[in-house]
Amino acid sequence: MSIPRERIRNFSIIAHIDHGKSTLADRILEQTKSVALRDMENQLLDNMDLERERGITIKAHAVTLVYSALDGQDYVFNLIDTPGHVDFNYEVSRSLAACEGAVLVVDASQGIEAQTLANTYLAVDAGLEIVPVINKIDLPSAQPEKVRAEIEDVIGIPADDAPCISAKLGTNIDQVMEQIVKHVPPPQGEETAPLKALIFDSYYDAYKGVIIHVRLQDGQVHPGDTIRLMATGAEFTVVECGYGRATCLEPSAGLSAGEVGYIAASIKAVKDARVGDTVTLADNPAKTPLPGYRSVQPMVFCGIYPADGARYPDLRDALDKLQLNDAALSFDPETSVALGFGFRCGFLGLLHMEIIQERLEREYNLDIITTAPSVVYQITKTNGEVIHIDNPTNYPDPSLIAQAEEPITNAHIYTPSEYVGNIMDLCQDRRGIFKDMKYIDTDRVDIHYELPLNEIIYDFFDALKSRTRGYASFDYELSGYKKSSLVKLDIMLNGDVVDALSFIIHADKAYPRARKMAEKLSEKIPRQLFEVPIQACVGGRIIARETVKAMRKDVLAKCYGGDITRKKKLLEKQKEGKKRMRQLGTVEVPQEAFMSVLKLDE
Amino acid sequence: MNNEKPFGLYLHVPFCDGKCPYCDFYSLPVSEEQMNRYTRRMLETLEAYAAQYPRRADTLYFGGGTPNLLGAERLSALIVWAKECFGLEDAEITVEVNPTENLSEFLHELRAAGANRLSIGLQSANDDELALLGRRHTAEQAKKTVQYAQDAGFGNISLDLMLAVQKQTKESLLRSIDFCADAGIQHLSAYLLKIEPDTVYGKKKETLCVPDDDEAGDFYLFACEELEKCGFPQYEISNFAKPGFESRHNLKYWSCEEYLGIGPAAHSFMEGKRFYYPRNFSAFLDGAQPVPDGDGGEFEEYAMLALRLAEGLTDEGCRARFGFGIPARMKQAAKLYEKGGLSVCTDSGFHFTPKGFLVSNTLTAEILYST
Repeated sequence: MSIPRERIRNFSIIAHIDHGKSTLADRILEQTKSVALRDMENQLLDNMDLERERGITIKAHAVTLVYSALDGQDYVFNLIDTPGHVDFNYEVSRSLAACEGAVLVVDASQGIEAQTLANTYLAVDAGLEIVPVINKIDLPSAQPEKVRAEIEDVIGIPADDAPCISAKLGTNIDQVMEQIVKHVPPPQGEETAPLKALIFDSYYDAYKGVIIHVRLQDGQVHPGDTIRLMATGAEFTVVECGYGRATCLEPSAGLSAGEVGYIAASIKAVKDARVGDTVTLADNPAKTPLPGYRSVQPMVFCGIYPADGARYPDLRDALDKLQLNDAALSFDPETSVALGFGFRCGFLGLLHMEIIQERLEREYNLDIITTAPSVVYQITKTNGEVIHIDNPTNYPDPSLIAQAEEPITNAHIYTPSEYVGNIMDLCQDRRGIFKDMKYIDTDRVDIHYELPLNEIIYDFFDALKSRTRGYASFDYELSGYKKSSLVKLDIMLNGDVVDALSFIIHADKAYPRARKMAEKLSEKIPRQLFEVPIQACVGGRIIARETVKAMRKDVLAKCYGGDITRKKKLLEKQKEGKKRMRQLGTVEVPQEAFMSVLKLDE
Repeated sequence: MNNEKPFGLYLHVPFCDGKCPYCDFYSLPVSEEQMNRYTRRMLETLEAYAAQYPRRADTLYFGGGTPNLLGAERLSALIVWAKECFGLEDAEITVEVNPTENLSEFLHELRAAGANRLSIGLQSANDDELALLGRRHTAEQAKKTVQYAQDAGFGNISLDLMLAVQKQTKESLLRSIDFCADAGIQHLSAYLLKIEPDTVYGKKKETLCVPDDDEAGDFYLFACEELEKCGFPQYEISNFAKPGFESRHNLKYWSCEEYLGIGPAAHSFMEGKRFYYPRNFSAFLDGAQPVPDGDGGEFEEYAMLALRLAEGLTDEGCRARFGFGIPARMKQAAKLYEKGGLSVCTDSGFHFTPKGFLVSNTLTAEILYST
């Protein structure tokens, strides 16, 4: 690239969900003529269907653009789009580590929210120059001056020259570009030093293998070089490197210090090229890797089973393929008496779990059954052994447990002050311990709670949204383990325990939850040829019971005029219907029944 | 004619003077010209089949529609010709009849032509229920029709009843049952109203005030019980008869025996093949051939049909037909439902109870597809 390093700007855009991050990215792409207008789709960088639908960014993306600034010079802009959700905090931190600056987008009508702060702190911690931007000034409820003051007060950065823009309408986008030129420092680094490149994203491409997106701190890389990934020690030969453009990859002769680009080196799976790892050259390696690498640990687990047992191999292939692109996803085979062969899958958080489930269904066309999510419990047994349990099936007999601990989070909820009462009720109900409460401005509050992770993973987001009409935002981080009074709740159908419905719960919560589950199951299990008792029990004691009455009558097809076909079809239908059911002992349970007990608040 | 087991002959008469709102059988408005063309076509088709199947039939059944609308002359011609083609010695010859004004002369002529069994569409002995069913007759007319038939010499008469219809109560059902018992008939078919999608009922399903499944089940069990008391033991899900008066023709369907159905929407099972005429009157007139509907008579089908009968599935029946008895897994499965009163297992096999018949779809599938 003919543009010198002084005119390179590496930056991210950070924002709370829906504050306009992706829309602003689109406008920047347009204004730098990076995309032919006919290729312009809304939210171009969010190229998974799911991302567009949910309005969130799941994967990081990077684009190299050329901007002709007012000073008459051309600048290289490397825009590194980041995931916007707490589940992907680590990915965010790596993306930010690849930048010198961050454009902070704040909604002029909503002000600072939970993720705004969380991400800003990550950026400040990474030593980034923050360029605040106030978006959505076209909204009637926009209060740009109030938000400007909020940025200065709450975040503590000057915002007097923060551009007021409308990414939607394209208003004042040029001011954002000029701010980037002016405030984001050019990258440092030694071209002649041994190669040090930070992997901030990687994804699997069917033709080229894993494409890794890197930021070069020092050194150079060229096709033909043998690279070494410092965390794993694995070595690969660079087949191709270059720059990510808005709609394609553009190969180049090499990449050098300060630049952002991609490397393809016939790497087979993203787990071999993990985000955060450092790339160096095999024959002239750097002495130490870049700081900050860690292998991510799943926090939430659930069982995933194919609805049709015959598709178990397809499910495995699909998970394999998803893992090619998602090093944070873990899965191990498990079997359930109720559901047959499946996988115990680990996720970064709830959103991550939902995304994987949806992708399995949509992209791989699989009908899946998932079990209730579980966190990882730490159990000290009476013999002193410490075990970690992420599957209720493996929960030891209570008589063998000396102490049970559960993961605890530090949670911040940002909300208009009128909802404080509702939120406190909710957190109290979720066994939260109130820490403190700060006023962000006259009518917005930051409520700090200690909340058990297992109270968040079921339906906390939904409950929070419905109690605050969607105005509150929420962020949490794991803070450690805490002693807890836990029990395993089992569900019995017609006297048999259904392992897939068991879960671990706080003793105080067992009774109401058991009752709700029994009720929900009695709604969802169709009447059968005999009466089906549904019982919920803890340690052999039944604490809730419902009954599904026996079926009285089904379709009596006339068998008249010799039309056997119709009758046969009915029988076929019955046979097909049986396939969609899970035979649990003597009881047939439809798949929806498993799903329904996961969402008890509806 | 050879010595094979005789088959049943079914002629579908697709004419009605109106469409009952619950009915999805194939039917058309009456027209003298169409009925003549239909009869001619039917005579030709019988002759063609006689060449294809040079065999004996021992039952003839005119179903509809409303076969009596064809009139005695055309029906007689068809009976005579069917005898010419397929023998029909000592045959059961049934004609479905809907009650209407003065059928006396018609019934005499029909009897003279050789018909010996009538199936009369009573449906209910309560005029308010009949009106809601869209029937175009009264209970009084039905009563007269039965008397005329008896006067004409019919000694084998069946009445149709419908269960779980609008306005029905246990009392009104009992009135209908008593009506049948008092009429001196030999056979009764009692059907639970089933709302078919392509009918007037199907389209206004939401506004219909019919009993729910549980109540419908009660009506059915009540009818089975009362009919038994009146001397009509149940021999099939929906059929009841004085001993010896079971419908020979319909039993062929349930015993997986052969039958040849002619006319639009008529179904056949001959020489291991199932086939049927499409629901298309003009195609039939133009000589359209029936459409193949695959093989029939395999074990699953046989068992499904046998389980409609009060006798149920027997080792002997299975062995005679397939060379093996009832599979053990099916017997075991049937045994599971004995406690709940849905099935009865005997030394020779198993059968469903009236309570079992009510859930026979599910129950049959559970047993057939047991592992």
